[in-house]
Amino acid sequence: MSELTLTVMRLGFLAVLWLFVIVAVQVIRSDLFGTRVTQRGSRRDAGRQQQQAARQAAPPQQRGQQPAGGGRQRRNAPSKLVVSEGTLTGTTVALQGQTITLGRAHDSTIVLDDDYASSRHARIYPDRDGQWIVEDLGSTNGTYLDRSRLTTPTPIPLGAPIRIGKTVIELRK
Amino acid sequence: MSSTTNSPTHHTSTIGSIGTPSRRNTELALLIFAVAIPVFAYANVGLAINDQVPSGLLGYGLGLGLLAGVAHLVVRKFAPYADPLLLPLATLLNGLGLVVIWRLDQSKLLQSLHVSGGKATNQLLYTALGIALFVVTLVFLKDHRVLQRYTYISMAAALVLLLLPLVPGLGLNVYGAKIWISVGGFTIQPGEFAKIVLAIFFAGYLMVKRDALALASRRFMGLYLPRGRDLGPILVVWFISILILVFETDLGTSLLFFGMFVIMLYVATERTSWIVFGLLMSAVGAVGVASFEPHVQQRVQAWLDPMKEYKLSQQGVAGHSEQAMQALWAFGSGGTLGTGLGQGHSDLIRFAANSDFILATFGEELGLAGIMAILLIYGLIVERGVRTALAARDPFGKLLAVGLSGAFALQVFVVAGGVMGLIPLTGMTMPFLAYGGSSVIANWALIGILIRISDTARRPAPAPAANPDAEMTQVVRP
Repeated sequence: MSELTLTVMRLGFLAVLWLFVIVAVQVIRSDLFGTRVTQRGSRRDAGRQQQQAARQAAPPQQRGQQPAGGGRQRRNAPSKLVVSEGTLTGTTVALQGQTITLGRAHDSTIVLDDDYASSRHARIYPDRDGQWIVEDLGSTNGTYLDRSRLTTPTPIPLGAPIRIGKTVIELRK
Repeated sequence: MSSTTNSPTHHTSTIGSIGTPSRRNTELALLIFAVAIPVFAYANVGLAINDQVPSGLLGYGLGLGLLAGVAHLVVRKFAPYADPLLLPLATLLNGLGLVVIWRLDQSKLLQSLHVSGGKATNQLLYTALGIALFVVTLVFLKDHRVLQRYTYISMAAALVLLLLPLVPGLGLNVYGAKIWISVGGFTIQPGEFAKIVLAIFFAGYLMVKRDALALASRRFMGLYLPRGRDLGPILVVWFISILILVFETDLGTSLLFFGMFVIMLYVATERTSWIVFGLLMSAVGAVGVASFEPHVQQRVQAWLDPMKEYKLSQQGVAGHSEQAMQALWAFGSGGTLGTGLGQGHSDLIRFAANSDFILATFGEELGLAGIMAILLIYGLIVERGVRTALAARDPFGKLLAVGLSGAFALQVFVVAGGVMGLIPLTGMTMPFLAYGGSSVIANWALIGILIRISDTARRPAPAPAANPDAEMTQVVRP
């Protein structure tokens, strides 16, 4: 085999090896998916721009103290947790980013008076994106989201019933 | 004030989650690429050594392709949302390992020493067994949290696996390290399997105990010192890894287990003090054992002065090895771009050329450019493992993924560092590249568990109601 062919193969092989590494890194890059943000121009948008213009007159020190635009509540984010069935029907708890524990234990956020609930039954907490998650804490009778028994921490759709024993709770706007 | 006039305008925006793509077709494309590269390498070796395309090219390519295809179909069926990179990366490393083992099989020198010949066929068989275990893992392990139930059984199993090489009649003493056992003519390295089982134990144990370890501590000189009774487990693991070092004279395994425990402890508790403690304790342990264990001492000597070791070995002084120096020469003669596949002289390393020192062959024939690519591929596997841990929603899965990828990373570091002369040489094998059944099989099982965890982590959440504003609240009747 000629020297030239072997040299070409040697360099070609290294090139192909590195090409694979680069393709793999590109796959990782395209793998960074999460939420899709859709821009919508609307009348509120125009109004906001007017506000913005008015605000621009203010000195920058004051503007810096105002909360950033990204910190405002998402449109469809739930604002309260409502007990819709069971002995505590009608109870609401405001959702302010804190973890809510459910169970018969006295230190739970919602103390359930329910024979079928465990003392530390489940908890509801926001993840980093502000999505509320329900997690069963190894309860005896299980926690049900809609009709399915939870096995992993699961995001809670708005209005989906979470059943613990005889109690049903849901998240509402 | 130009900065205020340029402030971004706020648009009303809706934030909706994208349906998680399953990425199986990406995996298939990468997998075809990952099989094609070793086939190219195989042809290259044949052309360089025998001036012809090797006759086994078709069979070899089909064999590797078939195994990768089976693994891909099983992932498609049983773990459809798994990470798309883990399988192709592991397949590429395994394929490259097979090529270089076959290339060393062709060496006349190694054939005359009876350390090669048919090794590539054996390795292909081990790969098939590895893929089989990978398939079994994915098919039968529907949910990785089942493993949590076996926390303490795993501990016992890991201890038994670690102690097996010490059982008289079962253990083998190969070149000074007692890490093999012999069962019916096959030699098995139980430590490779213990690595996975031990990660399961650590993950289950730390998940339960992490709050006590993280919160009950006193602050002293900027470090959080744990309470005495919480120190117990880390001391026990440290003691066990020292025992391994003393009785099996295996520095690598000892470092691997202790390092894995410290990594998982750090991830579970977020306390930097554990890393400081871990480094101190492993340093104390290593220095302490090295001061009276001759086998370890000799390894340290070879690390500090490989040339002196080489000369002593050439003079025929028993107990000295020229390999450390030869590996460095191999890397040196490779240079930046390497000598080309099949054109190096790394077979001069003799008996461990296709196992512990296989990285030296890569270094000589592919050069710095090739070695860097291979280390990056290892790095990508570890990155995907850690990414899986970040995405996992349950603490057990998080800890297990971190532990397994940490163990994988440590093993690559210990072997590559040893061969390149950064740390004393240890008797461990490069995952997927090196010749050896236990290593290949155990690492395929490890990749299988990581794929299972990543499938659970990346599985999309149940779809929320289409328009929550328009719909009445659902009430499920009992």
